[in-house]
Amino acid sequence: MNWDWGVVADFMPYFWSGLLTTLQALAWGTLIAFSLGLVWAIAVRGPAFVRWPVLGFTEFIRNTPLLVQLFFLFFVLPEWGPTVPVMVAGAVGLGLHYSTYTMEVYRAGIEAVPVGQWEAAHALSMSPRRTWQSVILPQAFRRSVPALGNYVIAMLKETPLIATIGLMEMLGEARAFGTETFRFMEPYTVVGIAFVLVAYPASLLIRALERRLVTH
Amino acid sequence: MTWGLFTTWILPGLWVTVQVTVFSAALAFTVALAIGTLRTSRWWIVRFLSGAYFEIFRGTSALVMLFWFAFAFPLIFGYELVPMWAGVLALGLTYGAYGSEIVRGALAAVPVAQREAGIALSFTPMQRLRRVEFPQAWPEMVAPLNALTIELMKGTALVSVISVSDLAFAGNVIRLSTGDNAPVYTLLLVMYFLLAFVITRGMRVVERQAKKGVGQEPERVPLFRKRGAGSPGAAGDTRAMGGVNA
Repeated sequence: MNWDWGVVADFMPYFWSGLLTTLQALAWGTLIAFSLGLVWAIAVRGPAFVRWPVLGFTEFIRNTPLLVQLFFLFFVLPEWGPTVPVMVAGAVGLGLHYSTYTMEVYRAGIEAVPVGQWEAAHALSMSPRRTWQSVILPQAFRRSVPALGNYVIAMLKETPLIATIGLMEMLGEARAFGTETFRFMEPYTVVGIAFVLVAYPASLLIRALERRLVTH
Repeated sequence: MTWGLFTTWILPGLWVTVQVTVFSAALAFTVALAIGTLRTSRWWIVRFLSGAYFEIFRGTSALVMLFWFAFAFPLIFGYELVPMWAGVLALGLTYGAYGSEIVRGALAAVPVAQREAGIALSFTPMQRLRRVEFPQAWPEMVAPLNALTIELMKGTALVSVISVSDLAFAGNVIRLSTGDNAPVYTLLLVMYFLLAFVITRGMRVVERQAKKGVGQEPERVPLFRKRGAGSPGAAGDTRAMGGVNA
């Protein structure tokens, strides 16, 4: 079978809509991963009865496949409550999975803040809340940014998994297009290249960002 | 879920998952060693080609690769792969690219004096790599390779979408036939977690041996806090750290 640019042209409208969905899922997933990861990172510095359940839970999530977690969210949760839309299940699954990675990033960032900073905040009798908000986190964030950016790229590459529970992102569109027209080669190749085209500049951007933040 | 379903689907599925993990880890390891070494080559063309391989396979999604090998590959080459081997190929080549960064980094961390000593003793480049540089780089690779192997093991769940009857596939079959969603998927998650645990324990042994081989005292690590205690690089980070930061 030969490569046919006509097929590529036919696929493009579906591709753009798929790309949009991919980016939406990525944006929501990132938001959840970044905020939930911070919650985990702060929680593991808390008392033992918070620390151990959180460590166990995140270790479990991190060591099990995202695909099965997505199935769990999409097929099991509706048994207990209302039906979850695909996009919500996908974004929550992606965000929850990656929050266990971003947690480690924040944790390293927090641990890298010198002890003197904690002591100074204590000496100034700041409340714990104030200490986190205006002393620790601003310093920890700065160290965390490049590694967090890497996880956005990693998440981008995991978004196709949401197609397996029926989200029409890039891969979902390619699959639907293929089963309709029996042309699989062009859509899958286009989608594969699209990932490289998005991920490579993004990784260059992060490398630049990293250099900027490290020199300061 | 009945016992019959467990023995006809889940257990064979577990076996398939183990097989896919082992085969694609072997492929990934070979690719990682080859590409990682080539990326330290003296000739720019070799560095460029291996770098291009790395960027392409790291840049794209493993699932897209999988679909490509399963559905586009047969159309281009007129040769259809058995689904399981399409899966092994896609996973092995993708995770091999991630691994090549670990290998490259570990080789780069071997002190320059070691290479110079090898040159002074007129070792051939291959002897130098095999006898001097690699044995010293190896202990540094084991911990990040462990994290990567767990990523790979998690990635094997993807082969279920090209209808390889692994654990995740078995879970879907049972869901469709019985509707016992909660117990099935919980069981699946637990089984994958146990697999990850076994891999980590195994790699811990390998690491201890490797460190002993270069005369380093192996550090004792508590049972839990497996990966990622403390430094970000040691964590599940490897994918991205090894991936994006050169």
